[in-house]
Amino acid sequence: MNVPSDLRYAKTHEWIRHEDDSITVGITDHAQAELTDIVYAEPPKVGAELKAGATAAVVESVKAASDIYSPLSGVVTEVNEALTANPALLNTDPFGQGWIYRMKASNIAEIEALLTPDAYSAQIGQ
Amino acid sequence: MSDPMTLKHSPLESCHLACGARMVEFGGWLMPVQYTGIMDEHRAVRSGSGMFDISHMGEVLIEGSGALEWLERLLTNRVGKLAIGRGQYTMMLNERGGVIDDLIIYRTGETAYFLVINGACRDMDLAWMRSRLPADGTVLLRDLGNDYAAIALQGPDSEKVLRTLYPQSEIPKRNGIATLGESEGFVPSLVARTGYTGEDGFELFVPVKDGSKEGNGESLWKSLLAAGVKPCGLGARDTLRLEMGYPLNGSDLSLDRTPLEAGLGKFVALDDPAKIEFTGRHALESQRSKGLPSLLTPLKLTVTGPPLRSHYPVLSEGLAVGETCSGALSPSLGEGIAMAYLPPSLSTPGTALEVEVRGRGYAAVVTTLPFYSK
Repeated sequence: MNVPSDLRYAKTHEWIRHEDDSITVGITDHAQAELTDIVYAEPPKVGAELKAGATAAVVESVKAASDIYSPLSGVVTEVNEALTANPALLNTDPFGQGWIYRMKASNIAEIEALLTPDAYSAQIGQ
Repeated sequence: MSDPMTLKHSPLESCHLACGARMVEFGGWLMPVQYTGIMDEHRAVRSGSGMFDISHMGEVLIEGSGALEWLERLLTNRVGKLAIGRGQYTMMLNERGGVIDDLIIYRTGETAYFLVINGACRDMDLAWMRSRLPADGTVLLRDLGNDYAAIALQGPDSEKVLRTLYPQSEIPKRNGIATLGESEGFVPSLVARTGYTGEDGFELFVPVKDGSKEGNGESLWKSLLAAGVKPCGLGARDTLRLEMGYPLNGSDLSLDRTPLEAGLGKFVALDDPAKIEFTGRHALESQRSKGLPSLLTPLKLTVTGPPLRSHYPVLSEGLAVGETCSGALSPSLGEGIAMAYLPPSLSTPGTALEVEVRGRGYAAVVTTLPFYSK
Protein backbone atom coordinates (compact mmCIF):
# COMPACT_ATOMS: atom_id res chain seq x y z
CA MET A 1 0.00 0.00 0.00
CA ASN A 2 1.14 3.49 -0.85
CA VAL A 3 1.91 5.72 2.20
CA PRO A 4 3.29 9.03 0.87
CA SER A 5 6.09 10.41 3.02
CA ASP A 6 4.97 14.06 2.86
CA LEU A 7 1.61 13.50 4.65
CA ARG A 8 0.41 12.93 8.21
CA TYR A 9 -2.15 10.29 9.11
CA ALA A 10 -5.01 9.65 11.50
CA LYS A 11 -5.43 6.24 13.13
CA THR A 12 -8.85 6.16 11.45
CA HIS A 13 -7.15 6.13 7.99
CA GLU A 14 -7.46 9.75 6.88
CA TRP A 15 -4.47 11.75 5.62
CA ILE A 16 -3.72 15.47 5.66
CA ARG A 17 -1.51 17.56 3.42
CA HIS A 18 -0.34 20.81 5.03
CA GLU A 19 0.46 23.57 2.50
CA ASP A 20 0.80 27.16 3.69
CA ASP A 21 -2.47 27.94 5.47
CA SER A 22 -4.47 25.13 3.96
CA ILE A 23 -5.04 21.55 5.07
CA THR A 24 -6.25 19.02 2.48
CA VAL A 25 -7.97 15.89 3.81
CA GLY A 26 -8.58 12.52 2.18
CA ILE A 27 -8.59 8.80 2.91
CA THR A 28 -5.60 6.52 2.56
CA ASP A 29 -4.84 3.91 -0.05
CA HIS A 30 -5.31 1.29 2.67
CA ALA A 31 -8.77 2.72 3.50
CA GLN A 32 -9.97 2.77 -0.10
CA ALA A 33 -8.76 -0.81 -0.59
CA GLU A 34 -10.67 -1.91 2.51
CA LEU A 35 -13.83 -0.06 1.42
CA THR A 36 -13.65 -1.17 -2.26
CA ASP A 37 -16.02 0.08 -4.99
CA ILE A 38 -16.80 3.53 -3.55
CA VAL A 39 -20.08 4.61 -5.14
CA TYR A 40 -21.06 7.67 -3.14
CA ALA A 41 -19.35 10.48 -1.26
CA GLU A 42 -20.95 13.08 0.97
CA PRO A 43 -18.35 15.75 1.77
CA PRO A 44 -18.93 18.39 4.46
CA LYS A 45 -20.38 21.79 3.61
CA VAL A 46 -18.12 24.76 3.00
CA GLY A 47 -18.13 26.79 6.18
CA ALA A 48 -18.82 23.81 8.42
CA GLU A 49 -16.91 23.86 11.69
CA LEU A 50 -15.25 20.53 12.38
CA LYS A 51 -13.73 19.12 15.55
CA ALA A 52 -10.76 16.78 15.40
CA GLY A 53 -12.07 13.22 15.57
CA ALA A 54 -15.67 14.13 14.73
CA THR A 55 -17.49 12.91 11.61
CA ALA A 56 -16.77 15.18 8.66
CA ALA A 57 -17.91 13.17 5.65
CA VAL A 58 -19.42 9.85 4.61
CA VAL A 59 -18.22 7.58 1.85
CA GLU A 60 -20.19 4.55 0.78
CA SER A 61 -19.28 1.37 -0.99
CA VAL A 62 -21.95 -0.97 -2.36
CA LYS A 63 -21.86 -2.84 0.92
CA ALA A 64 -21.39 -0.24 3.65
CA ALA A 65 -21.39 3.42 4.65
CA SER A 66 -18.28 4.66 6.44
CA ASP A 67 -17.77 7.83 8.42
CA ILE A 68 -14.71 9.93 7.66
CA TYR A 69 -13.36 11.74 10.72
CA SER A 70 -11.72 15.12 10.56
CA PRO A 71 -8.06 14.75 11.56
CA LEU A 72 -7.98 18.38 12.74
CA SER A 73 -10.32 21.04 14.12
CA GLY A 74 -11.19 23.96 11.88
CA VAL A 75 -13.46 25.36 9.18
CA VAL A 76 -14.12 23.77 5.78
CA THR A 77 -12.96 26.09 2.97
CA GLU A 78 -13.47 23.93 -0.11
CA VAL A 79 -14.89 20.52 -1.03
CA ASN A 80 -14.01 18.28 -3.95
CA GLU A 81 -17.05 18.65 -6.21
CA ALA A 82 -15.64 16.08 -8.64
CA LEU A 83 -16.47 13.31 -6.17
CA THR A 84 -20.20 13.83 -6.68
CA ALA A 85 -20.05 12.74 -10.29
CA ASN A 86 -17.12 10.38 -9.88
CA PRO A 87 -16.81 8.92 -6.37
CA ALA A 88 -14.50 6.22 -7.76
CA LEU A 89 -11.71 8.84 -7.69
CA LEU A 90 -11.44 7.87 -4.02
CA ASN A 91 -10.40 4.40 -5.17
CA THR A 92 -8.26 5.30 -8.15
CA ASP A 93 -6.36 8.31 -6.78
CA PRO A 94 -6.89 8.59 -3.02
CA PHE A 95 -3.95 10.95 -2.40
CA GLY A 96 -4.58 13.12 -5.49
CA GLN A 97 -7.85 13.69 -7.34
CA GLY A 98 -9.70 11.79 -4.64
CA TRP A 99 -9.15 14.43 -1.96
CA ILE A 100 -12.34 15.16 0.02
CA TYR A 101 -12.13 18.67 1.53
CA ARG A 102 -9.82 21.54 2.44
CA MET A 103 -9.91 23.31 5.76
CA LYS A 104 -8.33 26.08 7.75
CA ALA A 105 -7.11 24.56 10.99
CA SER A 106 -8.04 26.35 14.20
CA ASN A 107 -5.29 24.69 16.23
CA ILE A 108 -2.38 23.70 14.03
CA ALA A 109 -0.63 22.07 17.02
CA GLU A 110 -3.12 19.18 16.64
CA ILE A 111 -0.95 17.97 13.77
CA GLU A 112 1.56 16.72 16.31
CA ALA A 113 -1.01 14.18 17.52
CA LEU A 114 -1.27 12.64 14.03
CA LEU A 115 0.81 9.69 12.89
CA THR A 116 3.98 10.01 10.86
CA PRO A 117 4.15 7.95 7.63
CA ASP A 118 6.32 5.39 9.45
CA ALA A 119 3.91 5.09 12.36
CA TYR A 120 0.94 4.75 10.00
CA SER A 121 2.74 2.11 7.93
CA ALA A 122 3.35 0.19 11.14
CA GLN A 123 -0.31 0.47 12.09
CA ILE A 124 -1.47 -1.08 8.81
CA GLY A 125 1.11 -3.79 9.18
CA GLN A 126 3.70 -2.95 6.57
CA MET B 1 -21.48 -10.01 15.56
CA SER B 2 -21.43 -13.51 16.99
CA ASP B 3 -18.62 -14.77 19.16
CA PRO B 4 -15.81 -15.68 16.72
CA MET B 5 -15.26 -18.90 18.67
CA THR B 6 -18.75 -20.13 17.80
CA LEU B 7 -18.76 -19.10 14.14
CA LYS B 8 -19.49 -21.96 11.78
CA HIS B 9 -17.10 -22.58 8.94
CA SER B 10 -17.84 -23.54 5.37
CA PRO B 11 -16.18 -26.69 4.02
CA LEU B 12 -14.95 -24.41 1.20
CA GLU B 13 -13.20 -21.88 3.45
CA SER B 14 -9.69 -22.70 2.21
CA CYS B 15 -10.90 -22.16 -1.40
CA HIS B 16 -12.17 -18.71 -0.46
CA LEU B 17 -8.94 -17.70 1.21
CA ALA B 18 -6.96 -18.95 -1.81
CA CYS B 19 -9.18 -16.75 -4.03
CA GLY B 20 -8.50 -13.66 -1.88
CA ALA B 21 -11.92 -13.50 -0.25
CA ARG B 22 -12.86 -11.02 2.40
CA MET B 23 -14.66 -13.06 5.04
CA VAL B 24 -17.52 -11.76 7.19
CA GLU B 25 -19.99 -13.13 9.70
CA PHE B 26 -23.37 -13.95 8.17
CA GLY B 27 -26.11 -15.66 10.15
CA GLY B 28 -23.58 -17.30 12.45
CA TRP B 29 -21.31 -18.38 9.56
CA LEU B 30 -17.96 -17.06 8.41
CA MET B 31 -18.56 -16.52 4.71
CA PRO B 32 -16.99 -14.59 1.79
CA VAL B 33 -18.60 -11.18 1.22
CA GLN B 34 -16.48 -10.43 -1.85
CA TYR B 35 -13.32 -11.33 -3.73
CA THR B 36 -12.43 -8.71 -6.38
CA GLY B 37 -15.40 -6.42 -5.68
CA ILE B 38 -19.17 -6.52 -5.57
CA MET B 39 -19.72 -4.57 -8.84
CA ASP B 40 -17.32 -6.78 -10.72
CA GLU B 41 -18.85 -9.99 -9.36
CA HIS B 42 -22.39 -8.76 -9.96
CA ARG B 43 -21.59 -8.03 -13.62
CA ALA B 44 -19.94 -11.43 -14.09
CA VAL B 45 -23.19 -13.17 -13.09
CA ARG B 46 -25.34 -10.94 -15.32
CA SER B 47 -23.07 -11.40 -18.35
CA GLY B 48 -21.16 -14.70 -17.97
CA SER B 49 -20.95 -16.97 -14.96
CA GLY B 50 -20.25 -16.70 -11.27
CA MET B 51 -20.22 -19.11 -8.34
CA PHE B 52 -21.33 -18.67 -4.76
CA ASP B 53 -20.60 -20.88 -1.78
CA ILE B 54 -24.02 -21.73 -0.37
CA SER B 55 -22.78 -24.44 1.99
CA HIS B 56 -24.24 -22.50 4.91
CA MET B 57 -27.69 -23.36 3.64
CA GLY B 58 -29.27 -26.46 5.16
CA GLU B 59 -30.35 -29.62 3.35
CA VAL B 60 -33.08 -31.76 4.85
CA LEU B 61 -34.41 -35.04 3.49
CA ILE B 62 -38.02 -35.95 4.30
CA GLU B 63 -39.09 -39.49 3.45
CA GLY B 64 -41.81 -41.96 4.15
CA SER B 65 -45.38 -42.95 3.41
CA GLY B 66 -46.66 -39.99 5.42
CA ALA B 67 -44.22 -37.44 3.94
CA LEU B 68 -46.55 -35.75 1.45
CA GLU B 69 -49.39 -35.14 3.88
CA TRP B 70 -47.01 -34.00 6.60
CA LEU B 71 -45.28 -31.54 4.23
CA GLU B 72 -48.64 -30.17 3.02
CA ARG B 73 -49.40 -29.27 6.64
CA LEU B 74 -45.95 -27.80 7.19
CA LEU B 75 -45.64 -25.63 4.04
CA THR B 76 -47.71 -23.01 2.20
CA ASN B 77 -47.41 -24.16 -1.42
CA ARG B 78 -49.08 -27.31 -2.70
CA VAL B 79 -46.46 -30.03 -2.43
CA GLY B 80 -48.82 -32.52 -4.14
CA LYS B 81 -48.34 -30.71 -7.45
CA LEU B 82 -44.67 -31.74 -7.61
CA ALA B 83 -43.74 -34.47 -10.06
CA ILE B 84 -40.59 -36.44 -9.25
CA GLY B 85 -37.59 -34.30 -10.17
CA ARG B 86 -39.42 -30.98 -9.76
CA GLY B 87 -39.07 -28.24 -7.16
CA GLN B 88 -41.08 -25.27 -5.88
CA TYR B 89 -40.58 -22.19 -3.73
CA THR B 90 -42.58 -22.35 -0.52
CA MET B 91 -42.69 -21.09 3.05
CA MET B 92 -42.95 -22.50 6.56
CA LEU B 93 -45.19 -20.40 8.82
CA ASN B 94 -46.01 -20.23 12.49
CA GLU B 95 -49.64 -20.24 13.72
CA ARG B 96 -49.78 -16.44 13.44
CA GLY B 97 -48.92 -16.68 9.75
CA GLY B 98 -45.41 -15.28 10.32
CA VAL B 99 -42.62 -16.60 8.12
CA ILE B 100 -40.24 -18.99 9.92
CA ASP B 101 -38.38 -19.62 6.67
CA ASP B 102 -38.71 -19.55 2.92
CA LEU B 103 -37.27 -22.56 1.15
CA ILE B 104 -37.21 -24.71 -1.95
CA ILE B 105 -38.63 -28.20 -1.83
CA TYR B 106 -37.76 -30.77 -4.50
CA ARG B 107 -39.43 -34.14 -4.94
CA THR B 108 -36.58 -36.58 -5.43
CA GLY B 109 -38.52 -39.86 -5.26
CA GLU B 110 -41.96 -41.41 -4.92
CA THR B 111 -42.11 -40.44 -1.22
CA ALA B 112 -38.83 -38.52 -0.86
CA TYR B 113 -38.38 -34.75 -0.68
CA PHE B 114 -35.22 -32.62 -0.50
CA LEU B 115 -35.56 -29.25 1.25
CA VAL B 116 -33.03 -26.43 1.04
CA ILE B 117 -33.39 -24.03 3.98
CA ASN B 118 -31.71 -20.76 4.94
CA GLY B 119 -28.36 -20.91 6.71
CA ALA B 120 -29.23 -18.46 9.46
CA CYS B 121 -32.28 -20.44 10.62
CA ARG B 122 -31.21 -24.06 10.19
CA ASP B 123 -31.47 -24.88 13.88
CA MET B 124 -34.80 -23.14 14.33
CA ASP B 125 -36.25 -24.81 11.23
CA LEU B 126 -35.09 -28.26 12.26
CA ALA B 127 -36.44 -27.86 15.78
CA TRP B 128 -39.80 -26.74 14.37
CA MET B 129 -39.94 -29.66 11.95
CA ARG B 130 -38.82 -32.29 14.47
CA SER B 131 -41.38 -31.14 17.02
CA ARG B 132 -44.08 -31.90 14.47
CA LEU B 133 -42.98 -35.35 13.33
CA PRO B 134 -45.59 -38.05 13.86
CA ALA B 135 -44.77 -40.68 16.46
CA ASP B 136 -45.72 -43.57 14.18
CA GLY B 137 -42.54 -43.36 12.08
CA THR B 138 -44.33 -42.68 8.77
CA VAL B 139 -42.21 -39.56 8.24
CA LEU B 140 -38.41 -39.68 8.50
CA LEU B 141 -36.31 -36.53 8.74
CA ARG B 142 -32.60 -36.54 7.96
CA ASP B 143 -30.52 -33.42 8.48
CA LEU B 144 -27.88 -33.50 5.71
CA GLY B 145 -26.73 -29.94 6.32
CA ASN B 146 -23.25 -30.97 7.43
CA ASP B 147 -22.87 -33.66 4.78
CA TYR B 148 -23.21 -31.37 1.78
CA ALA B 149 -21.05 -28.63 0.39
CA ALA B 150 -23.13 -26.51 -1.96
CA ILE B 151 -22.19 -24.16 -4.78
CA ALA B 152 -24.54 -21.98 -6.83
CA LEU B 153 -23.33 -21.66 -10.44
CA GLN B 154 -25.20 -18.68 -11.88
CA GLY B 155 -25.23 -16.66 -15.08
CA PRO B 156 -26.08 -17.07 -18.77
CA ASP B 157 -23.02 -19.28 -19.37
CA SER B 158 -23.89 -21.71 -16.56
CA GLU B 159 -25.30 -24.49 -18.73
CA LYS B 160 -22.27 -24.43 -21.02
CA VAL B 161 -19.95 -24.70 -18.02
CA LEU B 162 -21.94 -27.53 -16.47
CA ARG B 163 -21.99 -29.49 -19.72
CA THR B 164 -18.23 -29.14 -20.01
CA LEU B 165 -17.66 -30.38 -16.46
CA TYR B 166 -20.28 -33.14 -16.49
CA PRO B 167 -20.78 -34.17 -20.13
CA GLN B 168 -22.62 -37.35 -19.11
CA SER B 169 -24.91 -35.73 -16.57
CA GLU B 170 -28.59 -35.07 -16.97
CA ILE B 171 -29.21 -31.30 -17.02
CA PRO B 172 -32.52 -30.50 -15.33
CA LYS B 173 -35.01 -27.95 -16.67
CA ARG B 174 -35.82 -24.79 -14.70
CA ASN B 175 -36.85 -25.64 -11.09
CA GLY B 176 -35.94 -29.29 -11.65
CA ILE B 177 -33.44 -31.48 -9.83
CA ALA B 178 -31.37 -34.49 -10.93
CA THR B 179 -28.47 -36.53 -9.66
CA LEU B 180 -25.18 -35.08 -10.77
CA GLY B 181 -23.25 -37.43 -13.03
CA GLU B 182 -23.61 -41.05 -12.02
CA SER B 183 -23.65 -40.22 -8.35
CA GLU B 184 -25.41 -42.52 -5.95
CA GLY B 185 -25.26 -43.49 -2.31
CA PHE B 186 -26.23 -42.02 1.03
CA VAL B 187 -25.24 -38.48 0.10
CA PRO B 188 -25.78 -38.37 -3.67
CA SER B 189 -24.50 -35.37 -5.60
CA LEU B 190 -27.43 -33.34 -6.87
CA VAL B 191 -27.93 -30.56 -9.39
CA ALA B 192 -30.94 -28.26 -9.26
CA ARG B 193 -31.73 -25.61 -11.84
CA THR B 194 -32.57 -22.91 -9.34
CA GLY B 195 -30.90 -19.84 -7.92
CA TYR B 196 -31.21 -16.46 -6.30
CA THR B 197 -29.90 -14.13 -8.99
CA GLY B 198 -32.54 -13.99 -11.74
CA GLU B 199 -30.13 -15.61 -14.20
CA ASP B 200 -30.13 -19.15 -15.50
CA GLY B 201 -28.07 -21.32 -13.21
CA PHE B 202 -27.68 -24.33 -11.02
CA GLU B 203 -27.31 -25.20 -7.37
CA LEU B 204 -24.88 -28.07 -6.96
CA PHE B 205 -24.91 -30.22 -3.85
CA VAL B 206 -21.89 -32.47 -3.41
CA PRO B 207 -20.55 -34.42 -0.43
CA VAL B 208 -18.26 -32.52 1.93
CA LYS B 209 -15.94 -35.52 2.05
CA ASP B 210 -14.47 -37.64 -0.68
CA GLY B 211 -16.22 -40.84 -1.57
CA SER B 212 -17.99 -39.90 -4.75
CA LYS B 213 -16.41 -39.90 -8.17
CA GLU B 214 -18.13 -36.57 -8.80
CA GLY B 215 -15.72 -35.21 -6.22
CA ASN B 216 -16.22 -33.19 -3.09
CA GLY B 217 -16.93 -29.53 -2.51
CA GLU B 218 -13.35 -28.33 -2.83
CA SER B 219 -12.64 -30.21 -6.04
CA LEU B 220 -15.88 -28.91 -7.59
CA TRP B 221 -14.93 -25.33 -6.63
CA LYS B 222 -11.52 -25.77 -8.26
CA SER B 223 -13.00 -27.27 -11.43
CA LEU B 224 -15.42 -24.37 -11.76
CA LEU B 225 -12.60 -21.90 -11.18
CA ALA B 226 -10.51 -23.61 -13.87
CA ALA B 227 -13.51 -23.37 -16.23
CA GLY B 228 -13.39 -19.58 -15.85
CA VAL B 229 -16.30 -19.13 -13.42
CA LYS B 230 -15.85 -16.05 -11.23
CA PRO B 231 -16.00 -16.50 -7.44
CA CYS B 232 -18.73 -14.24 -6.06
CA GLY B 233 -19.52 -13.34 -2.46
CA LEU B 234 -22.57 -12.57 -0.41
CA GLY B 235 -22.35 -8.90 -1.41
CA ALA B 236 -23.08 -9.61 -5.06
CA ARG B 237 -25.59 -12.29 -4.09
CA ASP B 238 -27.51 -9.58 -2.22
CA THR B 239 -27.50 -7.00 -5.04
CA LEU B 240 -28.41 -9.66 -7.62
CA ARG B 241 -31.35 -11.00 -5.63
CA LEU B 242 -32.61 -7.53 -4.74
CA GLU B 243 -32.63 -6.40 -8.39
CA MET B 244 -35.05 -9.28 -8.99
CA GLY B 245 -37.12 -8.44 -5.89
CA TYR B 246 -36.41 -11.82 -4.29
CA PRO B 247 -36.93 -11.54 -0.53
CA LEU B 248 -34.22 -12.22 2.05
CA ASN B 249 -35.39 -13.92 5.22
CA GLY B 250 -34.42 -11.83 8.22
CA SER B 251 -34.63 -8.60 6.21
CA ASP B 252 -37.77 -8.78 4.06
CA LEU B 253 -39.38 -11.79 5.73
CA SER B 254 -39.84 -12.28 9.44
CA LEU B 255 -41.99 -13.93 12.08
CA ASP B 256 -43.95 -10.66 12.27
CA ARG B 257 -44.99 -10.49 8.60
CA THR B 258 -47.11 -12.88 6.59
CA PRO B 259 -46.49 -14.05 3.01
CA LEU B 260 -49.54 -12.00 1.96
CA GLU B 261 -47.92 -8.84 3.30
CA ALA B 262 -44.69 -9.87 1.59
CA GLY B 263 -46.49 -10.11 -1.76
CA LEU B 264 -45.82 -13.86 -1.94
CA GLY B 265 -49.47 -14.95 -2.10
CA LYS B 266 -48.89 -17.00 -5.24
CA PHE B 267 -46.74 -19.38 -3.20
CA VAL B 268 -49.56 -19.90 -0.69
CA ALA B 269 -52.20 -22.40 -1.85
CA LEU B 270 -55.06 -20.76 0.09
CA ASP B 271 -57.52 -21.23 -2.75
CA ASP B 272 -56.38 -24.64 -3.96
CA PRO B 273 -59.14 -27.10 -2.98
CA ALA B 274 -56.60 -29.94 -2.94
CA LYS B 275 -54.43 -28.19 -0.31
CA ILE B 276 -55.20 -29.52 3.13
CA GLU B 277 -54.88 -27.63 6.39
CA PHE B 278 -51.49 -26.00 6.92
CA THR B 279 -49.95 -24.12 9.81
CA GLY B 280 -50.75 -20.42 9.56
CA ARG B 281 -53.74 -20.83 7.25
CA HIS B 282 -56.31 -19.40 9.66
CA ALA B 283 -54.19 -16.34 10.35
CA LEU B 284 -53.79 -15.71 6.62
CA GLU B 285 -57.52 -16.14 5.91
CA SER B 286 -58.39 -13.78 8.71
CA GLN B 287 -55.84 -11.23 7.50
CA ARG B 288 -57.14 -11.47 3.95
CA SER B 289 -60.75 -10.88 5.03
CA LYS B 290 -59.84 -7.92 7.25
CA GLY B 291 -57.45 -6.35 4.77
CA LEU B 292 -53.66 -6.34 4.86
CA PRO B 293 -52.01 -3.98 7.37
CA SER B 294 -48.98 -3.49 5.12
CA LEU B 295 -47.47 -4.54 1.82
CA LEU B 296 -43.85 -5.14 0.92
CA THR B 297 -43.36 -2.40 -1.68
CA PRO B 298 -40.55 -1.86 -4.19
CA LEU B 299 -39.28 1.70 -4.46
CA LYS B 300 -36.49 3.48 -6.23
CA LEU B 301 -34.88 6.86 -5.91
CA THR B 302 -35.75 9.36 -8.63
CA VAL B 303 -32.74 11.53 -7.78
CA THR B 304 -29.04 10.79 -7.41
CA GLY B 305 -28.47 9.81 -3.84
CA PRO B 306 -26.60 7.54 -1.50
CA PRO B 307 -26.98 3.77 -1.81
CA LEU B 308 -30.13 2.69 -0.01
CA ARG B 309 -29.76 0.30 2.91
CA SER B 310 -32.01 -1.31 5.50
CA HIS B 311 -33.72 0.67 8.27
CA TYR B 312 -33.90 4.01 6.47
CA PRO B 313 -37.18 5.87 7.16
CA VAL B 314 -39.68 6.10 4.28
CA LEU B 315 -41.73 9.31 4.25
CA SER B 316 -44.99 10.31 2.62
CA GLU B 317 -45.71 14.05 2.66
CA GLY B 318 -43.12 14.46 5.38
CA LEU B 319 -44.51 11.76 7.68
CA ALA B 320 -42.74 8.47 8.40
CA VAL B 321 -44.83 5.63 6.95
CA GLY B 322 -42.34 2.77 7.16
CA GLU B 323 -38.69 1.87 6.78
CA THR B 324 -36.61 0.09 4.20
CA CYS B 325 -35.92 -3.58 4.91
CA SER B 326 -33.58 -4.20 1.96
CA GLY B 327 -31.78 -1.61 -0.08
CA ALA B 328 -28.89 -1.20 -2.48
CA LEU B 329 -27.42 0.83 -5.24
CA SER B 330 -28.42 -1.44 -8.11
CA PRO B 331 -25.20 -2.23 -10.01
CA SER B 332 -27.16 -2.97 -13.21
CA LEU B 333 -29.35 0.14 -13.11
CA GLY B 334 -27.12 2.59 -11.26
CA GLU B 335 -30.14 3.58 -9.16
CA GLY B 336 -31.01 3.34 -5.51
CA ILE B 337 -33.55 0.54 -4.97
CA ALA B 338 -35.26 -0.70 -1.82
CA MET B 339 -38.10 -2.72 -0.37
CA ALA B 340 -40.28 -1.40 2.45
CA TYR B 341 -43.42 -2.51 4.27
CA LEU B 342 -45.87 0.35 3.63
CA PRO B 343 -49.60 0.92 4.15
CA PRO B 344 -51.35 -0.63 1.09
CA SER B 345 -52.74 2.81 0.18
CA LEU B 346 -49.14 3.92 -0.51
CA SER B 347 -48.01 0.83 -2.40
CA THR B 348 -49.47 1.68 -5.83
CA PRO B 349 -46.78 2.08 -8.53
CA GLY B 350 -46.13 5.74 -9.20
CA THR B 351 -46.79 6.88 -5.62
CA ALA B 352 -44.30 9.60 -4.68
CA LEU B 353 -42.37 9.05 -1.44
CA GLU B 354 -39.10 10.05 0.15
CA VAL B 355 -36.35 7.98 1.71
CA GLU B 356 -34.49 9.67 4.55
CA VAL B 357 -30.75 9.13 4.74
CA ARG B 358 -28.78 10.85 7.52
CA GLY B 359 -31.55 13.37 8.08
CA ARG B 360 -32.06 14.32 4.46
CA GLY B 361 -35.00 13.23 2.29
CA TYR B 362 -34.42 11.86 -1.22
CA ALA B 363 -37.30 11.67 -3.70
CA ALA B 364 -38.44 8.12 -4.48
CA VAL B 365 -41.29 6.45 -6.29
CA VAL B 366 -43.11 3.14 -5.88
CA THR B 367 -42.19 0.87 -8.78
CA THR B 368 -42.85 -2.70 -9.91
CA LEU B 369 -40.84 -5.92 -9.69
CA PRO B 370 -38.43 -6.98 -10.91
CA PHE B 371 -36.37 -3.81 -10.59
CA TYR B 372 -34.13 -5.14 -13.33
CA SER B 373 -35.01 -7.12 -16.44
CA LYS B 374 -33.00 -7.78 -19.57
